[in-house]
Amino acid sequence: MNNIELLTVFMLAVFVGFEVISKVSTILHTPLMSGANAIHGIILVGAILITGVASTGVELGLGLAAVVLATANMVGGFVVTDRMLEMFKGRRPGRDAGQAGMKEGAR
Amino acid sequence: MSNGVLFAYFVTALCFILALKGLSSPKYARYGNLIGAFGAALAVVVTLTLHGLGHRLPIIIAIVVGTLIAVPAARLVKMTEIPQMVAMFNGVGGAAAALVSLNEYVKQHAVDSGGVAAAVVFSGIVGSVSFTGSLVTFAKLQGIMTGRPIVLPAARVVTPVVALASLGLGIAGIALTSVPLVVVCAVLALLLGVLFVLPVGGADVPVVISLLNAFTGLTVAASGYVLQNTLLIVAGTLVGASGTLLTQLMAQAMGRPLTGILFGAFAGPTTAG
Repeated sequence: MNNIELLTVFMLAVFVGFEVISKVSTILHTPLMSGANAIHGIILVGAILITGVASTGVELGLGLAAVVLATANMVGGFVVTDRMLEMFKGRRPGRDAGQAGMKEGAR
Repeated sequence: MSNGVLFAYFVTALCFILALKGLSSPKYARYGNLIGAFGAALAVVVTLTLHGLGHRLPIIIAIVVGTLIAVPAARLVKMTEIPQMVAMFNGVGGAAAALVSLNEYVKQHAVDSGGVAAAVVFSGIVGSVSFTGSLVTFAKLQGIMTGRPIVLPAARVVTPVVALASLGLGIAGIALTSVPLVVVCAVLALLLGVLFVLPVGGADVPVVISLLNAFTGLTVAASGYVLQNTLLIVAGTLVGASGTLLTQLMAQAMGRPLTGILFGAFAGPTTAG
């Protein structure tokens, strides 16, 4: 793709990024931050692509380091976000945390 | 890349938009996160099955290692320690994005496009700031260091000087197509990340984590530009934009202007900390 097309994609993504979260409620600030954090773990795809064409030992080493770090970002990010949202369920009125926890465990 | 792979990347980008949308509503937050995880897994699997991908086995082993580190860390961490865990994941993501860009730069050496070289320097600086900045926020929240704002005696002078030196070296690195200069620029940016977060008080740290999160998003977008990969550009930009807005919303919710959170310690006694 040429630069103008990439710039167009960039511009549209900026506005979409602003729009989709503009109505977030205050209690969801931290999970949203964590979820967005997991999403940028997609750099793993870049790390795989770059490691796949590594031709020297240095490139391979740096690439594999990037793969490990990016995996930790992505996998850890989604898991920890899920845990946070699980906790939210327990906090809902009319249902105590223990019950909600048991329900989660039974699934 | 074949059309099939590009289509899978498109689906992943769509999943990420839906994930952010879901995460901003209490009802669908959990589904949003799952959709995001699905999209990410799809993109990774498709990339791993690419025809002609070298070093496949070491890459898969590296992914397994990363997973084995991250899953127990994310599952076993105490609820109260989750924010610093998020900071840590964000930091390593920033480091990964900076490594990807620098690696591509080392490979191409004399990058023929000024735009690509600029993106390499951008992701080198911002990714490094995000990495060490996140480590400092982790240390503050974990109680490894004091949560109070730390203002070094000459911070008012040193921080801008380090920032300008890093930027200058980066520009020189582009102009001279020199790999060592760009590497030194990124290393200086590691120091900048520490100096950037030290003056922030403990209560304000989550806002800074969100800001560094947006930084990492932009780093990923820049790496996507270096690799000419649309998925990375879209995902990184989405996080960069939504993260910036979220940072402002968080600061608003705390009733403090963002500039006060970041630079308040320089102005005198601070209320937070």
